[in-house]
Amino acid sequence: MENFDVIVVGGGPAGLSAAISAARAGMKVCVVERGDYPGTKNVMGGVLYTQPTNEVVPDFWKDAPLERPVIEQRYGIMSKDELFTAAYRDPAWGQPPYNAHTVLRVKFDRWLAEEAEKLGVMIVPETVVDDLLYHGDDVVGVRTTRPDGDLGAKVVILAEGANNFVAVKAGLAKPLHPDSVAVVAKEIIALPAEKIEDRFCLEPHEGATIELFGDSTDGILGTSFIYTNKDSISIGVGAMVGAMGRKGWSPNDLLENLKAKPYIKRLLQGGEIKEYLAHLIPEGGYNSVPKLYRQGVMVVGDAAMFVNGLTREGSNLATTSGLIAGKVAAEAIQSGDTSAQAMSVYETRLRDSFVIKDLYKFRNLIGLLENNPHLLGEYPEMLNQAARMYFTIDGTPKTEVFKNIMGVFTKRRGKSGLVKDMFKAWRALK
Amino acid sequence: MHFVVCLKQVPDSSEVRIDPVTNTLMREGVPSIINPYDAHALEEAIRLKEKVGGKVTIVTMGPPQAKEALRKAMSFGADRAVLISGREFAGSDSLATAYILTQAILKINETEPVDLVLCGKEAIDGDTAQTGPGIATRLGFPQLTYVIKVVELNEDSITVHRKLETGREVVQAKLPALLTVEKELNEIRYASLPNVMKAASYEPEIVDAKTIEFDPSQMGLKGSPTSVSKIFAPPVRSGGEKVDGTKDPSGAAAQVVEKLFQENIIMQKGGSR
Repeated sequence: MENFDVIVVGGGPAGLSAAISAARAGMKVCVVERGDYPGTKNVMGGVLYTQPTNEVVPDFWKDAPLERPVIEQRYGIMSKDELFTAAYRDPAWGQPPYNAHTVLRVKFDRWLAEEAEKLGVMIVPETVVDDLLYHGDDVVGVRTTRPDGDLGAKVVILAEGANNFVAVKAGLAKPLHPDSVAVVAKEIIALPAEKIEDRFCLEPHEGATIELFGDSTDGILGTSFIYTNKDSISIGVGAMVGAMGRKGWSPNDLLENLKAKPYIKRLLQGGEIKEYLAHLIPEGGYNSVPKLYRQGVMVVGDAAMFVNGLTREGSNLATTSGLIAGKVAAEAIQSGDTSAQAMSVYETRLRDSFVIKDLYKFRNLIGLLENNPHLLGEYPEMLNQAARMYFTIDGTPKTEVFKNIMGVFTKRRGKSGLVKDMFKAWRALK
Repeated sequence: MHFVVCLKQVPDSSEVRIDPVTNTLMREGVPSIINPYDAHALEEAIRLKEKVGGKVTIVTMGPPQAKEALRKAMSFGADRAVLISGREFAGSDSLATAYILTQAILKINETEPVDLVLCGKEAIDGDTAQTGPGIATRLGFPQLTYVIKVVELNEDSITVHRKLETGREVVQAKLPALLTVEKELNEIRYASLPNVMKAASYEPEIVDAKTIEFDPSQMGLKGSPTSVSKIFAPPVRSGGEKVDGTKDPSGAAAQVVEKLFQENIIMQKGGSR
């Protein structure tokens, strides 16, 4: 049996960041990945923020396979046929140090894995970790499904993603619950670069993102997104699994509904579907975060429910938690103490970082939106109705227009309903 | 015993399409895989090595990216991999490829005499089934094509089952010999973890016209008399005839049998009705 200092289970952003930070600290590291190579099983919408990744590989944008720097972020609220949007655009985001890029994980993670290999990290592909390896109560490595498949380690970092089977087997996490996980269906649609630039008002080497709320998820907690790549567009819809099942939707239905919307159809016209992807997103938030460590083990990334649905952040939390876990592993091994207490430093540092601070801040938001379906069901309609009244010129005096607009809200929610909704939202976000 | 496996990296044909307008292969973004028949040849070589002892050497010709296929091949338990790579080989057809692989095998043979060469029956991208026999002819080895079973292997001979259209043939040949194999020959193993790890950092030996003597007139475009004049997608088959069996299944079955007789697809014993 070959022995390592650190074994990382899973070659996604969390696992590779953990591997790189441990290797930088002089550790002998192995990443076990079930796909053909790191990236093949990894899916995200496609926005990679610069800051966390820059801490893993400084100035990564100089070499990494990126799609387009994001210079415009658009938010939209849809009702059946109407759309209300707001956008922020800053061409300065198209220059270093970029704020974010669109990426295709399959290419980017393969590159990140090669960066890890340069630091001496061993990547073992096409291999599934089935369980931890114990000596008494102590974790001493992992067991893979291959013949002679045991590997020894002083510390194991679980970065296995949303399907956190090993963490569950180890008693750290509970099996995923349909109400704490979303499923995303996504397509990558090829379009010539000039068409993308024309349709999204971009210069070459500039990118835009669109986030849409409302009608496309039929009131279910979720969002839709459209991101521009170099010569393709990523489009997808994500929504909570439990609610989708209860309403009888399949992820593909939601995506087809979205693509059929007139405004979106035009953006995609003439494109050719190149890839179809689907993935689970652990959206349980702060209240479903599992136990993050035990003797010789830490849980990072999606496996630890580190996703902030509101701000579409997942890989940021994954990368940062991986970085911290890799460092903590190295410090523990160097001091010869891999006890639960030594591993607890990982959680302490996470609590000091934006990872747990943000999850804690929005801890009540998911419950609020799930228990008050009208917030995602009725408000988008009301907002669009109000916007239509405001922008329609038909001779109605403005005083009356404003009164009518107020009427839209009070009629559907009642004055006290409106106040209650606002209070609830304020409480969830304060 | 020394086994040499010839292996080709091919585009995953399930993902290759033909451009309907230009009639050219759309290979962009299509992943490469080990030619499936070659993978069975490799598996058999490793099984034979495990049985009688010895060494498995893999030989491939291709661009530097073929290293990946070789690493993957090494993970099944091969001992050595040789990559023939260089611009001078580009554009080689099956004739030239057979020549190049033969030269490489002869070079390997100088230091480690070769007992058995194993090839897939054909590559899934060209379907020519010429390279294996071409190598056997040049090496002067007996060739056993379409092998579905190795019955016996000893010091100086090998006995195999060959798959023919009319049945199977049991043949014996003197060693050294060359086999081209079918998929039925074996089932490919799930590589052991130690072998996967060894393979992950394995660097194949790269040879080119500087390391091995080649006759430039027999390789590359110059040494390739065949050329592709046209590529086209096979015509889409028109749908067959359907017999509705929801109401009267046995009547429908009788109707189908009647049709099959009419079309001479099935015949009664003795060839007459």
